[in-house]
Amino acid sequence: MSEAIATIALAGNPNAGKTTLFNALTGSRQHVGNYPGITVEKKEGFVDMPSGTVRVIDLPGTYSMTAYSQEELVARDFLVKERPQGIINVIDATSLERNLYLTVQFLELGIPVTLALNMVDALESKGIRIDSDRLADLMRLPVVRTVARSGLGVREALQAALTHPRQSWEPLFISYGPDLDPVLGEMTKLISNAGFLADTYPPRWLALKFLENDLVVRQLFEADYELHRRLRDMADEVARHCEKTLKTQPEFLIADYRYGYISSILRQGVLTVMPDLQGRADLSDKIDAVLTHQVAGPAIMLAILYGLFSVTFTLGEIPMGWVETAFAWLAELAGKMPPGLTRSLIIDGIIAGVGGVLGFVPLILIMFLGITFLEDSGYMARMAYMLDRVFRIFGLHGSSVVPFIISGGIPGGCAVPGVMAARTLRSPKEKLATLLTAPFMACGAKVPVFILLAAAFFPEHGARVMFLITLAGWAAALVAAKMMRSTIIRGPSTPFVMELPPYRMPTAMGLVLHTWERGWQYIRKAGTVILAIAVLIWAMMTFPGLPQEIAAPYEAEMAGIQEQLQAETGEAARGELEASLAALERRLKEEALTHSLAGRLGQAIEPVTAWAGFDWRTNIALLGGIAAKEVIVSTLATAHSMSDAENTDFAARIAAAPGWNTSVAVSLMIFVLLYSPCFVTVVAIAREASWGWAAFSVVFNTAFAFALATATYQLGMSMGW
Amino acid sequence: MSTIVNLRQMRVDQRGIIKTVAAQGELGRRIRDMGLVPGTEVTVIGRAPLKDPVALRLKGFTLTLRNSEADFITVELPEDDLV
Repeated sequence: MSEAIATIALAGNPNAGKTTLFNALTGSRQHVGNYPGITVEKKEGFVDMPSGTVRVIDLPGTYSMTAYSQEELVARDFLVKERPQGIINVIDATSLERNLYLTVQFLELGIPVTLALNMVDALESKGIRIDSDRLADLMRLPVVRTVARSGLGVREALQAALTHPRQSWEPLFISYGPDLDPVLGEMTKLISNAGFLADTYPPRWLALKFLENDLVVRQLFEADYELHRRLRDMADEVARHCEKTLKTQPEFLIADYRYGYISSILRQGVLTVMPDLQGRADLSDKIDAVLTHQVAGPAIMLAILYGLFSVTFTLGEIPMGWVETAFAWLAELAGKMPPGLTRSLIIDGIIAGVGGVLGFVPLILIMFLGITFLEDSGYMARMAYMLDRVFRIFGLHGSSVVPFIISGGIPGGCAVPGVMAARTLRSPKEKLATLLTAPFMACGAKVPVFILLAAAFFPEHGARVMFLITLAGWAAALVAAKMMRSTIIRGPSTPFVMELPPYRMPTAMGLVLHTWERGWQYIRKAGTVILAIAVLIWAMMTFPGLPQEIAAPYEAEMAGIQEQLQAETGEAARGELEASLAALERRLKEEALTHSLAGRLGQAIEPVTAWAGFDWRTNIALLGGIAAKEVIVSTLATAHSMSDAENTDFAARIAAAPGWNTSVAVSLMIFVLLYSPCFVTVVAIAREASWGWAAFSVVFNTAFAFALATATYQLGMSMGW
Repeated sequence: MSTIVNLRQMRVDQRGIIKTVAAQGELGRRIRDMGLVPGTEVTVIGRAPLKDPVALRLKGFTLTLRNSEADFITVELPEDDLV
């Protein structure tokens, strides 16, 4: 790729259409990564302009530039450290005043700002008129009217940013009134005389942030002890003065003056609001009157979730069938290989393991498409709003609903993107409680286990079992969250101050890109971790091979039967011989499995797992499931000598197998639902929290699951189920 | 004679002007970042099914906050409004 001629950052409030504008500019020439060391997404893309290729960075959406959240710090650090040529500040034109609050902070930093006045098409119906030329004159910056959804004005905004009249940084000067201006002036003079961080930050900006109690900036000053002491004394003095005379604090006075500055600009003929249209509730309010109605709201929410669930499974079945057929064909092809270890590895290890996972890809993509639609349309914010009061009881936050749903709150999700979605929670304690409990949900990988067991023990009631399991996942997550929040991660809750964005029809491109981002995480998992795990489990179940002295008698007997079979011609006798041959083969396989590493491991822990009703075969599958839940069913099948041809009626086999009954099935469903998150989720938890918490989730969830499974099994057995 | 009430006490569809914001620390900053500063006109447009949080309309957008957070905000009601 040719060298970019310039870097332009996109910045703005969440929901202002920043990402839509980014997608419209860069199309598919973008990639998503992470900022080093932290878990804020970094989106980067390239755009060909007449003057050359431009690198565009989509900064995280923020309302301000404080040090309170990672997103705001990331945006700020990017601007001062990487010094892009300029930023396009994407603004929701329908709430100009609040959006300009961030703009003013960019201007105070000095970076050349181009305003993209987005969603101008919505102004007329709201009775708002904005004179963008006047706004450009007063704020001395280029203003471009855009409609990011249709691409209108998008390239023009980038062009304006590239040809910004101001090519150097030049901080805006705002008066903060008689109480703060004098001390701000003195502090600025002190900082600039000391030449402190002169090439990174403007001195007045540093002074302002110091007054605003910005912890990050204050920490910077600790490098210069004397300067820090003098500034701190001045800041403390003015804080006391403000408290005494105005009953407020400098940081809040600063916010008031910033808004004052903005409204003074808007009043100079920039913003005209037609009063006759003001009283009229807009479309979003009308929709909200129904969708967040006290009675209808929760009912509709349940209906939407249920609808999404059934659409996912009915629609998903079709492409799932194609993938399964493709893998069955592959297995058949591999079956033509000569029998032996390689064939067994390919069929039992790779095709069964990876195929089982990839079969779920269509389902997961449909699921994520639905979730992305709910998110991009603005409905997810309403769910957080409606559920906050309930979630708060359990020490969680309304926004915890998003990670829960993505993780499988509607069966079929995946905990990996779910854990990542917990990023939106600001309070570290709530975030931790959310990401530790989200893996309790019925993710797509656990679903086949439930379907299998339901088919075996509760035929006819499959849908009801699925529904109850889903509820159990939610209940377990909420109860565990409450347990953690009232013991090991106690602490205050995050403020709920949250915007309810207007309802919008998501753009097709946004839907596709966001769905793909999440789906890709799942597919990558199938191609890497699960492939490795499938091969490992296969090896553990195959080696060490059966010693010759144990295998020999079986083989001799089988050879004998083979001979008789060749001589025998009678139909009935042949059938009998074939049956005993098959039985012998199964016993040989079982002996081999008992002897293998996995078999020994399974037997070693059987005395404990027997409390919950799990025999050693189930143990093998569950051990594999710690790595990836997807392998549970295929491992269980192999452990019951079911590989190769006769997979067809596994459910019936399980139901009839010795040691299996309804109590075991229910206990196993509960255990699979709740026990240790899969490896990839554990890694995701480690990245979002720490390795310590990731290890905790493995141990805690397994103990929690085992306790519940044991209780269920013992209760079930005593009731004679 | 205008009345000053706590934001929590406002009814749905009631309108008023923010008088004081007493929240401190992160909450105070976030409330102000979102435009809840003295002098702003707010309308209560709804409450969640369990009466909490509350949804407000101000500066052309919709904002929600919990009752416990609304406690920090006082609002001046117009003269013709009876509580």
